[in-house]
Amino acid sequence: MRWYFKAIGPKKIFEFVALAVFVIFFMGPLLNLAILAFTGKWNYPDLLPSVWSLKWWTFVFQQQDIAKSIGLSFVIAALVTAISIVLCIPAAYAFARIRFPLSRFFLFSFLLTHAFPKMGLYVSIAVLFYKFGLMNTLAGVILIHIINVLMFMTWIPTSAFRNVHTAQEESARDVGASPFRVFRSITLPMALPGILVASIFTFLNSLDEAQGTFLVGIPDFKTMPIVMYSIISDYPAYAGAVFSIILTAPSIILLVAAQRFVSADVLASGFQIK
Amino acid sequence: MNIQLSIQNLSKRYKTGDGVSDISLDVKKGELITLLGPSGCGKTTVLRSIGGFLEPDAGDILIEGKSVVKVPPEKRPTSMVFQGYNLWPHMSVHDNLAFGLKIRKIKKRDREKAIQDVLELVRLPGAGSKFPAQLSGGQQQRIAVARSLLLNPAVLLLDEPFSALDAKLRHEMREELREIQANTGLTMVFVTHDQEEALSISDRIVVMNHGNIEQIASPQEIYDMPKSLYVAQFIGKMNFVKGVIDADQITVGSLRFPNPSRLSGDVTVAVRPEDIILDQAGGSGLPGIVKQIMILGHYAEVSVDLQGYGTIRAFQARDQIKELSNGQSLSVQFAKVIAYP
Repeated sequence: MRWYFKAIGPKKIFEFVALAVFVIFFMGPLLNLAILAFTGKWNYPDLLPSVWSLKWWTFVFQQQDIAKSIGLSFVIAALVTAISIVLCIPAAYAFARIRFPLSRFFLFSFLLTHAFPKMGLYVSIAVLFYKFGLMNTLAGVILIHIINVLMFMTWIPTSAFRNVHTAQEESARDVGASPFRVFRSITLPMALPGILVASIFTFLNSLDEAQGTFLVGIPDFKTMPIVMYSIISDYPAYAGAVFSIILTAPSIILLVAAQRFVSADVLASGFQIK
Repeated sequence: MNIQLSIQNLSKRYKTGDGVSDISLDVKKGELITLLGPSGCGKTTVLRSIGGFLEPDAGDILIEGKSVVKVPPEKRPTSMVFQGYNLWPHMSVHDNLAFGLKIRKIKKRDREKAIQDVLELVRLPGAGSKFPAQLSGGQQQRIAVARSLLLNPAVLLLDEPFSALDAKLRHEMREELREIQANTGLTMVFVTHDQEEALSISDRIVVMNHGNIEQIASPQEIYDMPKSLYVAQFIGKMNFVKGVIDADQITVGSLRFPNPSRLSGDVTVAVRPEDIILDQAGGSGLPGIVKQIMILGHYAEVSVDLQGYGTIRAFQARDQIKELSNGQSLSVQFAKVIAYP
């Protein structure tokens, strides 16, 4: 340890302490979770479990409804992502390229679903869903997830499309490309990082969504976060830990993947209204 | 005379009130013509109409005798170099150049040969594998010019292509463009707000103002005989003094000049700074007092307060200003004047 302090110099000690506190604060719970998930036997004063085991993993995967919820969650998240791409990318392109009255107002209105307490919004939506027979249906669950992600899915790609300069599109027209070819070969590839990030956001958001699904999907459509509630109350903490890891893993994998394509400022620019 | 591009009574109005009205212009094959004017004068509107990026309200555009007004930009025999953002950052230089050729279904062997040749023409051989972000601003514009050259357009359009570059580079690029034009014999329409740029590269200059053409002439003629007060103000440096025309003579105080125009009465008289002669006080010229002397390298700019006519600026050779000092009285003569209403 002494060589480390020598290397960083006395002035940096405070920074080192701050970093250490930060790491423990963020990583501590995750580490604890990881240990719990692989515990066979762990008695109170011991620092680490006395017996390691995969038995809670086997337990979780053997529960019918749990296994089913994992599959369902991924299917729903994939569908929500696909549908919102189809809906929002053309809208984002329109916001970026076409001048129409009240465009700024419409773009801003996507924030509204995030401006009110979620539960209040969902209850009023539920009233509508009852009327249209959407309660306890896959369509209903997907719809409520899409409402949640409209903002990401429109704002980020809009900004990505705006970053493609019109001269870049025009010079492609100029060398002979049809409008469709320009979109396919120039605009879309240049905006792709933004669209990819928005899609990852959407996928993760849908995977994590609990409140709306709980209200609209119960009893037939129990996704992972909903099953999580009952696991926490009905089973030992070890099972909860295993399940948490299953729930967190896709987020971490996808976010690490997204980092390759996008820097934080690209993400931030998605939230500028111009 | 071989007319390559003919613009006939072109009009385009924007909601803001800007635009162009009734523009007519013929460009000969192999000619480099410049549209010159301040921002908002309509020069870019004309250029974008030729390229197909704007639909004119009225008028016609003919290229090699065929009307192109209804033709979309990708089908027009024109190619445009924009002010910036010409290249596609997700493609290598080679792919940027190949894009248009692939659309035209040029065979790979011919395509590669053409790309090699054009890269040499713009003095960037070996840049093919680089990405636009790895090139300097000047290199990027060269690639943009190369991409247009590859398509062998009937008319090459250039929209202030060098305005984002620094002065020295801009100068070099002008020379290179002129050389390329001489080698290829391409017809070019060049837009700029920089009168020096226009004077240095053009075969003919079209001076525009508020959506109208003020004058179309060779650089020399535009400089020597500006047709309107606006052109006189816009091109080069010019002094303006009040004068009167009577009995076929232009009169400024004690000075008399022949009047080639049909004007009469009160006029504005324009004099180039190099056409001003500074004599010892007491001569037959206008009395003046030296206010300031600025040395500008091989010549000097002398500000003279002409009593009753305001301050004028005169260019003098370095050896002529040795005897001048601030506050000195002079007699001022004009070698050549032009009168405007």
